[in-house]
Amino acid sequence: MSDIITYDEKVLIEENGFDDHFHDHHHEDKYKSNFISTYIFSMDHKMIARQFLITGMIWAIIGAAMSIIFRLQLGFPDESLAWLKPLLGKWITINAETGIGSLQPEFYYALVTMHGTIIVFFVLTAGLSGTFSNLLIPLQLGARDMASPFLNMLSYWFFFLASVIMFYSLFLSTGPFSGGWTAYPPLSALPQASIGSGAGMTLWTVSLVLFVVSVLLGGINYITTVLNLRTKGMTFWRMPLTIWAFFVTAILGLLSFPVLASGFFLLMCDRGLGTSFYLSEIFVGGAALDFAGGSPVLYQHLFWFLGHPEVYIIILPAMGLVSEVMAVHARKPIFGYKFMVYSILAIGFLSFIVWAHHMFMSGVNPFISNFFVVFTLIIAVPSAIKVFNWIATLYKGNLRLNTPMLFCIGFVSMFISGGLTGVFLGNSAIDIQMHDTYFVVAHFHIVMGIAAFFGMYAGVYHWYPRMFGRFMNETIGKIHFWATLIGAYAIFWPMHYLGLAGVPRRYYRFDSFDAFSSFSSMNQFITIAAIVVFFAQILMVINFFYSMYYGKKMTTKNPWGASTLEWTTPINAGHGNWDGNLPVVHRWPYDYGKNGQDFIPQIAPMAEGEEDSH
Amino acid sequence: MATETATHHDTDQHDHHDHHVDMTTADWDGGAPVFKASYGKLMMWYFLLSDAFTFAGFLIAYGALRFSMPSWPVPDFVFRLFPFAGDTVLPLIFVTVMTFVLLFSSYTMVRAVQEGHRENQRGVAAWMFLTIIGGAAFLGCQAWEWATLIGKEKMSVTKNPFGTHVESGAYLDASGNPSDEVFEPGASYLMHHISHHAHGDDHGGDHADDHGDAHDYEVGGIYKEAEVDDRGLIHRKYVVTSGADKGVVKMESYGPKAFGALFFFITGFHGFHVFSGVVFLIIIFVNVMSGLYVERKNGYEMVEKIGLYWHFVDLVWVFVFLVFYLL
Repeated sequence: MSDIITYDEKVLIEENGFDDHFHDHHHEDKYKSNFISTYIFSMDHKMIARQFLITGMIWAIIGAAMSIIFRLQLGFPDESLAWLKPLLGKWITINAETGIGSLQPEFYYALVTMHGTIIVFFVLTAGLSGTFSNLLIPLQLGARDMASPFLNMLSYWFFFLASVIMFYSLFLSTGPFSGGWTAYPPLSALPQASIGSGAGMTLWTVSLVLFVVSVLLGGINYITTVLNLRTKGMTFWRMPLTIWAFFVTAILGLLSFPVLASGFFLLMCDRGLGTSFYLSEIFVGGAALDFAGGSPVLYQHLFWFLGHPEVYIIILPAMGLVSEVMAVHARKPIFGYKFMVYSILAIGFLSFIVWAHHMFMSGVNPFISNFFVVFTLIIAVPSAIKVFNWIATLYKGNLRLNTPMLFCIGFVSMFISGGLTGVFLGNSAIDIQMHDTYFVVAHFHIVMGIAAFFGMYAGVYHWYPRMFGRFMNETIGKIHFWATLIGAYAIFWPMHYLGLAGVPRRYYRFDSFDAFSSFSSMNQFITIAAIVVFFAQILMVINFFYSMYYGKKMTTKNPWGASTLEWTTPINAGHGNWDGNLPVVHRWPYDYGKNGQDFIPQIAPMAEGEEDSH
Repeated sequence: MATETATHHDTDQHDHHDHHVDMTTADWDGGAPVFKASYGKLMMWYFLLSDAFTFAGFLIAYGALRFSMPSWPVPDFVFRLFPFAGDTVLPLIFVTVMTFVLLFSSYTMVRAVQEGHRENQRGVAAWMFLTIIGGAAFLGCQAWEWATLIGKEKMSVTKNPFGTHVESGAYLDASGNPSDEVFEPGASYLMHHISHHAHGDDHGGDHADDHGDAHDYEVGGIYKEAEVDDRGLIHRKYVVTSGADKGVVKMESYGPKAFGALFFFITGFHGFHVFSGVVFLIIIFVNVMSGLYVERKNGYEMVEKIGLYWHFVDLVWVFVFLVFYLL
């Protein structure tokens, strides 16, 4: 860190930048007229990013707390949960004789369902891609804001509305939806199927349709901004990998979420109008219902046509963030930049033709399964390229082992561990044994849950100064990292063994099954680990809000010595990002350690005789 | 230099970009919009792409359900009526008119956009007006089609009275013997509603609703052998005359449920798009008339954007038309 050559960004931007006449139009910042337009209905992408992040954090706490409650049930099914009665009310029934409070099985299912829905959609889609696409796309591309700040604001508020409706559904007397986050019919299509299938499911569907609107408004904006608002010199091959990842993520969302909406609209008709899109001859309580000819597997196809790209919508932004943060803190160019881009594109493409690997056990034609097996396994190739490139980036790097970097390394570890089990599950033959067991739970939690959270944390710790002008506390950050890394493995590693033994997911308790009752100590261990990890995340949240007011102040524009454009803006940049001219880009974003210099920012013109690094 | 010429014939509006900076950039090198299209137009394109996937989801659901059914109503039979033509069988003539109206409105939309490029306010307004008329006319046609199917033929999202025979047979006459009204596999039938059959009708029903629709089998009360369900639809009886079930007396049943549901849902969703399009066309038409776009001098870009949407809605109709009316 000693021989950092500092660049005078002011000189570089004012002399080499270009005047887009932005400030001719905005003599005073018309957006910052009052509190409401600054902090609530803001059209500044940086504020919208923070709104997405904080809303996502609130949802993450709720979603994680739910998992703790159902883990308590799984780990300690005979212990009294009466102390949760003030929080959960009638969902805890207290045995009059023994005084033992137990969780209602219906509410257990609701908790599992809501945990999945909240974490997948509200935290890892909106909270991750929504936050960082908003923050970084304009900043790293040298744009004043998104292409349409207004639609961008709407995108957040549709998400907010979806959140409010989902949150409201938690307090229904019949409870929130309880048929699994995938909402398969008939549990989702028949309001009388279970208590959560009535009003809870109605609100769930309405909330997620609004969420789809939010994703589409955001995605259209991200794509258009990347295409049209790159600053001068910012060619596609000079875009940071974050932007590539957000760009492809937005395309995936744009093409897959509408199909989910189609599926939901048909589902709404089955629920409300008595149509039979997904319902076939079905009996409830011995009485035949008036449905004929529908196909529940049709819903699964429509759902997983979103559902599979969705896991890449979650993981690609994390991959992009990790690539960028890792290069900065390894003080090395990212290894194989173009291969990273091509593998993002390949993953994006392949993600659309593998959806039925979630349905091997749903009765799809086994010959069709072969097709999906092959493409599923092919995804391992671009994924492996990325992993090797990250490892090669670390190799002989001048590593700064600070919190963002630790989370990057943790991400790679998690992605490898979870990715390898994906190769198992992608085989339709092995999936016969593994389907719907804890092996699957362990796999996807590690590869797209924990890994995506690690990418997000790397991003939060790294760009926190850019968002709030202060640093997060490093000590707490490192405690957070180690507790989460070790704790996450402690939770999910044993689950692989449970799954291999055939323990099914979504069961309320296991002690009545001879085959599974021997795992009770393992379940207790997992639950204790989950509680530890939960409190580590609370520590992070405390750090986040504490540092907002009391963190170490950011005194220079570019504290990490990063070469990308977001670190050339003023410390507390207003709406419009750059005070004067817009920066002009002359090189790719990973000129670290080139020609003996620690880093060369993208705005620095090429020196005499200097060659492009890629 | 090359850039200077490239940017001058690019007439789109760019919020944040100044074309006269002396930098050598190609379109994809940053600092300029790609495809020479403004962000607004790109957004419309991407919205339409996503909407195409929504419709694709519906049409795939349609295909999946249709091909899982043993039979499917024959479009020539279902869509055979024409306004004011009584029961004259005119297969697909009405939908042809509808389609023509909608496609013609695409032509008028193209002309409106063209006049926009010429900055001709009156021309834009006139052609947009015709487009609005075309869209409204299409919606009117759809309203008539729905009203006929729902009101007259008693199709609903849950019941479909249009069926297709899968065996050959003969309807039973009043005395329960096979009549000379015979049918072959693939023949279509429409279950009739009791309100259309006042003669010899002892099941109640709304007689005032009787338009005197003449059906062959009404004469002589042939359907006395038939049963009437609680929705007032008549299930006629017939004897199978060939195949494994030869000699068995069966009753006409409802056609595949999914037909009505898919028809109303998909044409309804498309109709909602047309309706929204007409609303937006009217708003933009008013803006054109008010001279709002004259100041902008951007070739009436709003007209161009709604034009993209309008053509997309027409294109979707081509697919809807294909799957519901032609296949």
